[in-house]
Amino acid sequence: MKHTISVLVENKFGTLNRVAAMFSARGFNLESISIGETEDREISRMTIVTRGDDRIISQILKQLNRLIDTIKVNDLTHKPHMARELLLMRLKLDRSSQREIFELINVFKGKTVDIKQKSITIEVIGTPDKINTAIDLFRPFGIKEIARSGTVALHRGEG
Amino acid sequence: MNGSEIFFECLRREKVDYIFGYPGGALLKVYETLYDVKDIKHILVRHEQGATHMAEGYARATGRPGVVLVTSGPGATNTVTGISNAYMDSSPLVVFTGQVPSTLIGNDAFQEADIVGITRPITKHNFLVKDVKDLALTIRKAFFLATQGRPGPVLVDLPKDVLNSECVFNWPENVEIRGFKPTVRGHENQIRKAAKIIAKAKRPLLYVGGGVIAADSAESLRKLATSQDIPVTMTLQGLGAFPGSHPLNMGMLGMHGTYWANQAVNKCDLLIAVGARFDDRVTGKIETFATHAFKIHNDIDPTNIDKNVKVDLPVVGDSGHFLEALLKTLPETREDRSEWLELIAGWQRQCPLTYENEKSALKTEFVIDEVSKQTGGNAVVTTDVGQHQMWTAQYYRFEHPRSIITSGGLGTMGYGLPAAIGATFGVQDRPVVLFCGDGGFMMNVQELVTAVHYKLPLKIFLINNNFLGMVRQWQELFHQEKYSFTDLQNSNPDFLRIAEAFGCKSLRATNPAEAKQAIAEALACNDGPVFVEFQVIKKDMVFPMVPAGASISEMLLDRLNPKTMV
Repeated sequence: MKHTISVLVENKFGTLNRVAAMFSARGFNLESISIGETEDREISRMTIVTRGDDRIISQILKQLNRLIDTIKVNDLTHKPHMARELLLMRLKLDRSSQREIFELINVFKGKTVDIKQKSITIEVIGTPDKINTAIDLFRPFGIKEIARSGTVALHRGEG
Repeated sequence: MNGSEIFFECLRREKVDYIFGYPGGALLKVYETLYDVKDIKHILVRHEQGATHMAEGYARATGRPGVVLVTSGPGATNTVTGISNAYMDSSPLVVFTGQVPSTLIGNDAFQEADIVGITRPITKHNFLVKDVKDLALTIRKAFFLATQGRPGPVLVDLPKDVLNSECVFNWPENVEIRGFKPTVRGHENQIRKAAKIIAKAKRPLLYVGGGVIAADSAESLRKLATSQDIPVTMTLQGLGAFPGSHPLNMGMLGMHGTYWANQAVNKCDLLIAVGARFDDRVTGKIETFATHAFKIHNDIDPTNIDKNVKVDLPVVGDSGHFLEALLKTLPETREDRSEWLELIAGWQRQCPLTYENEKSALKTEFVIDEVSKQTGGNAVVTTDVGQHQMWTAQYYRFEHPRSIITSGGLGTMGYGLPAAIGATFGVQDRPVVLFCGDGGFMMNVQELVTAVHYKLPLKIFLINNNFLGMVRQWQELFHQEKYSFTDLQNSNPDFLRIAEAFGCKSLRATNPAEAKQAIAEALACNDGPVFVEFQVIKKDMVFPMVPAGASISEMLLDRLNPKTMV
C-alpha cells in the first residue's frame, strides 16, 4: 500500500542524492519526494511517498534511518497527519469551455494564476487524491501541461 | 598549521600506525609533510586497489581501522572495488582521497573525479572537506563512523587548496552526530525472553557470523555454547569465532557448508543467529530455510532484521553485549541436549568432510589440511576467491577469532595478496598465510613488490590448477561442460619466474610429499615472503554443494551422488 514518510535530514549538499540513491540501489519504489528547509536552517524536511508491503516498508524505514544524514524518520501513514500537494495545470481555453472551467476551479477551490487568449493556468492545492480527481475532471477540456509538487506532509498535534 | 600538518596530527590522535598509500598531484603537500613524519609509517603500494585491500586486511587482523591515502581522479576511482568490498564485509576503513582545488571542482579539471558521488552507495558515509577549518572535525567523524556500530568504510575527499591552507588546529575530543546513534545494548526484555526460550529448546543451534568477531566476543560465545551444550555453525566470516577443535564446532553452513551443519539448520527447533545476516549463500532457497525453528536474531544493524528471513525474536545490538547479557540471564536449569548432539554426530559420521588423497597428484584439500596441521590452526589465513577459498573454510581448522581474512560479500578476486600484506603489518605473533588461486593472483600481482620491499614474513601459497576453478565447476555441473574462457593452461605465466623476478623466495610442489616439505620450509622462513606454487589437479570440485537457488537440504555430495536430505 501507499505510505507517506516524513524525514528530517541534515541540510547539506548530497543528502537528497543519498536518499534517492538508496531507493534506486535497493529497488524501492519512489512515487514522490519533496524537500525544503525547516524552521531550523540546518535541517530539511523530506516527504517521501512510496509503495510496498509491510516487509518492504519496514526495510525502507530502517534503511532511511541507517543513512547518517537522516535525523528522524516518521511513517505518517497510520497516524493523524495532513498531506497536501500543489498542482499547476495549463488548459486549453475557448469560448465554449470557459464557463465550465471556471465553475470547476471553484469546485476545487483553485485559482487562476495566468490567463492568455487560448490557455489558462490554474493552481489547485489539496490532498493527492483531490489533485488526481481534479486532473481527471479537467482532462476533457484539454490539458496542455502539468506540474505537481509532490506531497508535503506534517503530523497533526501540538508538536 | 596547514591542512597537511593537521591531517597527520589528526591521524596521530586517532593512533594510526600505518597508512597504505600512493602519491599524486593533488597530494603533493601531504607527501611533503609526510617526508618528515616518523611516527606514522606509510606503506607504498603499487596500485590503489591494493591499498584498500591492504587496509582491510590490516583492519580485519587487528580490529583497528585501516587507513588509505590516494590521489584524486584515477587514484580515487581505483579504490572503488576495495571500498565496496569493505562495505559488504563491514570492515572499518578510512579512505582519504586527494581532490582538485575546490575552485576547480565541477570543471572537468585534470585528474578530477566526483569520488564522493561515485562512492556514496558503497560507503557507510563520505565527506568532501570544503574548508580547512572543518578538517579536524571531519577526520574525527570519519574514524568515529567507520568504527562505531556496524563498522564500514568512510571516505574523506580533500581538495588541494584545503591541504595547503592555514588554520589553528583544534582537536574535538568528543564527537556527536545526531543522525547516528547505533543501538549497542540489546533490549532487556527481548534478551530475557531469548534466555527463557534457549533454556527450553531441545534442539538449539547457534548460527554465528562476522559480527561476533567484530565485537571481539568469541569468549562469550564459547561460554554460552559450552555451558548450554549448543552446537555452533559459522558463516565464512564467522569462522574462528568458535574453536575448530571443540566438539560443538560444526564448521561452516550454507552453499559449501558441512552436511551436518545444514542438516542441523533444517532440524533445529531454535536457531540463534548472532552477528549474521542470512545471506543467500547461507540460506539457499529462503522458503525452506530452518522452517521448523523459532528464530532469534541478534545484529547491530536493524536493517538486517527481517531483511531476508522473517525472525521471531529480534535483538538489535552489539553481539558482545547480547552474548554477555544472555549469559547473565540464562536460568540454571535447561533441557538436555545429548540426544540432539548424538543426532548431529550421526550426520557427521554419515557424510564427513573427506577427500581421497593421491600419491602422484596434488589436491588443494591436502595442501590446506597440511597447512592447518603444521600451523596448529594458529595462523592468520587470507584467501582469494573461488574453490581454494571454500576448501580453506572446510579444511583449515580455525582455532581463534580474526584468523580468516577473506572477501565474502563482494567475492573480489585479487583481494587475497594485498589483504594478506595488510594483515602481516598488523600481526606480530602469528604466521600469516595466503591461499590464492592462479586467476586471482594475477589480478593484483603487482603487490608482490610491496611484500618483498618491506620484507614481510608472508607465506604465499599459490593453488595453481591453471583454471578458473569455481567457474569451471559450475560449467561442468550446470553448463554442459562448456569451459568457456576458464582454461588458463596456455596463457598462465611461469609463476616461479614471476616470484623470482620480484625478488621473492620461491618453491614448487607437485605431489603430497613435496607439498609437505615446501610448507614446512615456508613456515620456517622469516626472512621476507616465501612463494610456493602448488600445482594441483584441474578437475577437483568443492563438495558438498547446494546448487544456486536450491534448498540447503538439497546437497550434492560428490560428482555422481546428488543426495536430497529428508
